[in-house]
Amino acid sequence: MTQNNRLSGGQIDRDTTLNFRFDNRSFTAHPGDTLASALLANDVRLIGRSFKYHRPRGLLTAGSEEPNGIVELRTGARKEPNTRATTIEMFDGLEASSQNRWPSLKFDALGVNDLFSNFLSAGFYYKTFMWPAAFWEKVYEPIIRRAAGLGSLSAEADPDEYDKGFRHCDLLIIGAGPSGLMAALTAGRAGADVILADEDFQFGGRLNSETFSLGEQNASDWATQAVAELSTMPNVRLMPRTTVIGAFDHGIYGAVERTGDHLPTLPAGKPRQILWRIYTKKALLCAGATERPIVFENNDRPGIMMASALRTYANRFAVTTAPRVAIFTNNDDGHRTAADLHAKGVHICAVIDVREDAPVNYDYEVLSGARVIDTKGRLGLTFVEVALPDGSTRTLDCGALGVSGGWNPNVHLTCHQRGRPVWNEALAAFVPGSNLPVGLSVAGAANGQMSTHGALQSGAEGAVAALDLKGVLPDLPEAEDAPIAQKPFWYVEGCKRAWVDQQNDVTVKDVKLSYQEGFKSVEHLKRYTTLGMATDQGKTSNITGLAIMAEVAGKSIPETGTTIFRPPYTPVPIGAFAGRMKGQEFHPTRLTPSHHWAKERGAVFVEAGNWLRAQWFPLPGETHWRESVDREVRQTRASVGVCDCTTLGKIDVQGTDAAEFLNRVYANAFAKLAVGKTRYGLMLREDGMVMDDGTAARLAEDHFVVTTTTANAVGVYRHMEFVRQCLFPDMDVQLISTTESWAQYAVAGPNSRKLLQKIVDPEFDISNEAFPFMACSNITVCGGLRARLFRISFSGELAFEIAVPARYGDALMRRLMAEGEEFDVVPYGTEALGVMRIEKGHAAGNELNGTTTALNLGMGKMVSKKKDSIGSVLSEREALVEPDVLRLVGIKPVSPDEKITPGGHLMNIAGPVDAANDQGYATSAAYSPILNSSIGLALLKDGANRMGEKMRLVSPLTDLTVEVEIVSAHFVDPEGERLRA
Amino acid sequence: MIINHPLLGPRDAAEFTYLGDASLIDRPDWQAEDAAEAFYDYAYLRDNPAGEHKELWYHEAGDRSWLVVTRDTTTHEISKVELARDVARARGRSK
Repeated sequence: MTQNNRLSGGQIDRDTTLNFRFDNRSFTAHPGDTLASALLANDVRLIGRSFKYHRPRGLLTAGSEEPNGIVELRTGARKEPNTRATTIEMFDGLEASSQNRWPSLKFDALGVNDLFSNFLSAGFYYKTFMWPAAFWEKVYEPIIRRAAGLGSLSAEADPDEYDKGFRHCDLLIIGAGPSGLMAALTAGRAGADVILADEDFQFGGRLNSETFSLGEQNASDWATQAVAELSTMPNVRLMPRTTVIGAFDHGIYGAVERTGDHLPTLPAGKPRQILWRIYTKKALLCAGATERPIVFENNDRPGIMMASALRTYANRFAVTTAPRVAIFTNNDDGHRTAADLHAKGVHICAVIDVREDAPVNYDYEVLSGARVIDTKGRLGLTFVEVALPDGSTRTLDCGALGVSGGWNPNVHLTCHQRGRPVWNEALAAFVPGSNLPVGLSVAGAANGQMSTHGALQSGAEGAVAALDLKGVLPDLPEAEDAPIAQKPFWYVEGCKRAWVDQQNDVTVKDVKLSYQEGFKSVEHLKRYTTLGMATDQGKTSNITGLAIMAEVAGKSIPETGTTIFRPPYTPVPIGAFAGRMKGQEFHPTRLTPSHHWAKERGAVFVEAGNWLRAQWFPLPGETHWRESVDREVRQTRASVGVCDCTTLGKIDVQGTDAAEFLNRVYANAFAKLAVGKTRYGLMLREDGMVMDDGTAARLAEDHFVVTTTTANAVGVYRHMEFVRQCLFPDMDVQLISTTESWAQYAVAGPNSRKLLQKIVDPEFDISNEAFPFMACSNITVCGGLRARLFRISFSGELAFEIAVPARYGDALMRRLMAEGEEFDVVPYGTEALGVMRIEKGHAAGNELNGTTTALNLGMGKMVSKKKDSIGSVLSEREALVEPDVLRLVGIKPVSPDEKITPGGHLMNIAGPVDAANDQGYATSAAYSPILNSSIGLALLKDGANRMGEKMRLVSPLTDLTVEVEIVSAHFVDPEGERLRA
Repeated sequence: MIINHPLLGPRDAAEFTYLGDASLIDRPDWQAEDAAEAFYDYAYLRDNPAGEHKELWYHEAGDRSWLVVTRDTTTHEISKVELARDVARARGRSK
């Protein structure tokens, strides 16, 4: 028989039956159910095993505060561990399984931990696994991790899409219970832009769980009607299944909308969840309150639940946890649960009320001044033992026990910006303090207005105040307005194995032990016992733990403290934070103008920041990347090669003060650079270290084109804008980034001029006389296409860089390849580029590493002392100009078949190998097909004076020692004859 | 956070890049006698107040203005937003 715990009524659709599976058993449910209510309907109380002691556990609550009833939802790659059964909306075909048990939920081998509980108390791990220290990582931690724990990951990539979005409103109302609905009606009718968000799939909050009336209607019907009215308002946006997770600065709220979690399968292209950023003018927190337990011996058996949860399951879901139920309470609200269940035909064994003067005018037995002292039932509650005021005990035969210790306002979001809640004596609970996030106010039970009337009224007032609405409050329906009637009561005296935090298995004894051992601050208590640190963040346990601590300390609760709440309110999948930024979409991919052409040629690509650059171009038959790279280098140096260097940053600098501006940002002089000339420029940071290098070409008196390295393009532009706006605000100079506007190719090699002469229009003379080394000019190519030509060289060969508007980049590359056929032109990638620059001894990213000065790189003399430039003053600091500072040198192995490894350190040829004797380090290395040897660049102490010295290049980590010779960094054409040819 | 850009109105802080203390505008005179000392202080020493702080933000994903934002570091309340260029001029910087 299925669903034999169903009652009459409820807000479920009995006409439709849904099938679901839990631990491979089949069950039925109805639309409107949660997984939790459906399991209870089918008489399943045992849901999982506890974190540490593997104790059998069931459901404690009916909401997102649930610590115990957590399951693995779905299967395969979509498996989601630690999902609260209380928040899982039922759908047909749902599959879930219990967690942290082996071999089965009913027989769990590690249940033996429970027998050793005396040893596993607070701080057990810290005390026991102290030594030997090395054992922690290798032995103890893996064993403990296997034994303790929650659900398991699928270890597969999440196949679903997540998204992000932005919304704006006048008033964000968080929570759609009585206060939230009333606030939304008030604000919506006044025409304000309202967003009403609630984590539940059904609006109404507690109204869905109660039997009392609002005006002429019962509570849930009033809620339905309010939602119907709101949904007709174009200025009101209803967001069910949406948890507002945090209150951030300046009225910005984070919210997670579960758009697909309730669907059997996600429609193609639809996101599973959306992370919203909601920009609000005002916000009203109507988050309600959470019932708190009373703690007693063995209070964690399946079937022992919050009294309000029993009421929710009965009234909203038409389910009772068991046919025979007892209630343990310190307040009148517990009696409301008993009355509602009784009215539904559930047998109430007794209401155990700690108060001597408990109300007794009900249709069932009330045990005044009594308390629960123990329970029985291995896999589910069977008996409750009660101590009566006269000292006698009584055993109640029941399958469920509802516990009510009062209500805690859900103040979480009020604390997200350092607000501290304050203690309210009448409620015996914390309520929001005065230091709320700017723009946020609080209404209803979240603010301590616990009656339905109080919630409705404060919701309406909250909306009026937040929006500064003129006029009178709307008419409120008649609603219950019962005063608070409770006697604060936190735990039953003498209990030991009594669970405060059920998810992390923290007992009353643990809390007391923590205090005895000196962990007296609440923050220490939390970290020592792990109280409140589980996925539920202690929503049902923090205040109880605090109350026990206060009692042990002999202080009041507010004197003892409160824990502060941080976002998110409930757990958020990492996928929601990532949104669509995953895999290839993690960052934008920038393609060079020759990308498609390079792809056709079979190029191998490498990521350079966001760019994809061709690394080398393998030819058929080449089996190793070195074959391709060596060929590209040889062919370029022998004839001509072409490389896409579009990725270098390009900054257009214009204005009458452009030259003077460059004088300030570059360490070397630019003021006197002639029009039509290009100059290498070295840029320092203000602390004297090298920031970047590049070239500046003067195309006109007031017009320069500056290049930066690929990696620093963004940072250099930002820096130049800083210098322009913040340091020299009256200079007549304008900057714009033109990196994407121009496709730029290096054309290098002895035949580069001949190749270019075939495409440069004849009126432009690019002979060595007319267009010498470092010349630059605006030209046209291919019969009128505007272009820029720079005679600059990174390879050390006769070389040019030619730029055309980006949209012609693909065509130009194809043209160069076609026209270059007679010269055996070769495209080369970043590897060959790197080999050639090392052969030439040019510093690049490996050398411009943020810790090097111009002097280190052999460019000390470039730093002009005759002008003000960024970094020039601090580059003179004593320690930076000592005689033996690191200098850029070349290194090559003494034995030609040995290899230079970048990162290796240089040591004297004899003597100890240690940090104290460190002489420097290798920064770059390559195999030079020209020298037929591995070569490298290195930074070496006093390197300029150590040419010819033999040293050891060592890498103790990889056990490498290579004997090297210190040589000039200019391996190829040290006189520079080729590039001036 | 939301920064009320003097030219563009309220913009999300995610559009900006943060640099730090607006004292970076007060770059010392390179020819002063104590230039070495002054540049050392300028480059390395910053106030780190709990409370009102003038700091430089760059509208990188926007109009590329450098702004001086007066922000309370304890509450994130922003009380003033100015163009850094105007602040620099007011502090006597020119060419």
